Amino acid sequence: MSSIMAAKVRQKRIAQLIARGKRLDGREPNDCREVQIESGLIERAEGSARVRLGRTEVMVGVKIEAGEPFPDTPNEGVLTVNAELVPLASPTFEPGPPDENSIELARVVDRGIRESKAIVTEDLVVEPGKKVFIVFVDVYVLNHDGNLIDASALAALAALMNTKMFNYEVKEGEIKIKPGYKPLPMRNYPIAITFAKIGDKLIVDPWLEEEQVMDARLTMAVEKDGKICAMQKGGYGYFTAQQIFEASKIAQQKAEELRKLVVKE
Amino acid sequence: MSQKKTEKLIDENDVRIDGRKLDEMRPVKIEVGILSNADGSAYIEQGKNRILAAVYGPREIHPKHQALPDRAALRCRYHMAPFSVQERKSPAPSRREMELSKVIREALEPSIFTEYYPRTAIDLFIEVLQADGGTRCAGITVAALALADAGIPMRDLVSSCAAGKVEGRLVLDLNDFEDKGGEADMPIAYMPNLNAITLLQMDGMLTGEEFEQVLNMGLEGCKQISQLQKETLKSKYVVAKEAETEGEEETETEAEK
Repeated sequence: MSSIMAAKVRQKRIAQLIARGKRLDGREPNDCREVQIESGLIERAEGSARVRLGRTEVMVGVKIEAGEPFPDTPNEGVLTVNAELVPLASPTFEPGPPDENSIELARVVDRGIRESKAIVTEDLVVEPGKKVFIVFVDVYVLNHDGNLIDASALAALAALMNTKMFNYEVKEGEIKIKPGYKPLPMRNYPIAITFAKIGDKLIVDPWLEEEQVMDARLTMAVEKDGKICAMQKGGYGYFTAQQIFEASKIAQQKAEELRKLVVKE
Repeated sequence: MSQKKTEKLIDENDVRIDGRKLDEMRPVKIEVGILSNADGSAYIEQGKNRILAAVYGPREIHPKHQALPDRAALRCRYHMAPFSVQERKSPAPSRREMELSKVIREALEPSIFTEYYPRTAIDLFIEVLQADGGTRCAGITVAALALADAGIPMRDLVSSCAAGKVEGRLVLDLNDFEDKGGEADMPIAYMPNLNAITLLQMDGMLTGEEFEQVLNMGLEGCKQISQLQKETLKSKYVVAKEAETEGEEETETEAEK
């Protein structure tokens, strides 16, 4: 699809189909697009993953560096999530400082990982209150075909699970890197599920043309025991409480399915 | 959320750190029409929150390329004063403030008939003078009143309130301590007459069941806020109208004499 805005006719068609419980690409309302996950493509990064969600493509790289802890959490490592809407990913993305869309994307991905306490940040402390490890999660959107949040959250999780923490020893307050690696300590696996509201119907995993038609968007992150750990509404429309309850049940179920693709125990 | 648990936030009798019951809101004080330059303005105190909102517009839009051909562009800036928090906050907009500006705009826009004013801007400024948890909710509540004060036609008045979970118990309207030390915080914005939820965020962890209870509790809070908003508007505008009619009557009687 080379044109950005789906033609009006096409938009109308998408909305009409969804009103009848069908979708233009043949999916059921609660179907996700096909997911492909490749881990460890970037050797320079401590962890990396590329996720394809239909034609949406996101790369996440994880870098780990020593730094200072936050004053209110002296006994914990630090998590930092940043997102770049790279201009090569869409004709609508421009170079420049992060706009509100990329900030929102980063903060929603961050919220899922942080609130589910996915990373065992207590294990990333070198010297309490002085020196800890900072986990930088950089989300790099490579192709935008809708639902960047779910693709980015999935890629971030896959990259964190792929992350190798280098062995080190502390000599005279300095960190000396030793040979060998161990996996980054993880205790939870949050999965984000995004819904688009079109008319009065909810659909899972909207692609770009559906996003252009949607009234509002709702993301729920679900952790490994099925608890909801983060939520974000977006867009100019609204939801009823009933729709939100319905969405929470579908999200719990879909998250379970998606998690099996990343977490193989 | 920090894991520090130095003191208990809720005692064995379900009394909260500031003496409230679990489902009790902080005292709320609202005023409208307090800034003379703005087209609409309002001020809210909710607990120790002190927040000002001002609306300018609909007015000519600058830069022009932001103009929308079919409706007004609602532009929203949520900003915290450097002195509003314990440690001085840099006045430059943070990532948090940019995200909140976006979600607040999206929470209010469904209520406004923006299609009445194509190619114009409605500028909304929210300044947090003192923050005490739940500033985005109080900000939305006060912004909705500033929009009403500016005379902008609206489908409904957006009301906002948070609910969450603190020390295993579900509570309404979290203050700063409860927000930082609690397990979950869910800010909600709601249009009661249209039964429409226009802002919903959550951080923390809730089971499916707790989630439903917290959302319902938050919606009840929004309804209480809605009452206060309506009373505030009535006390300003109905009184003003009565004063006007009384004045007219007097002139009539004088004329009769």
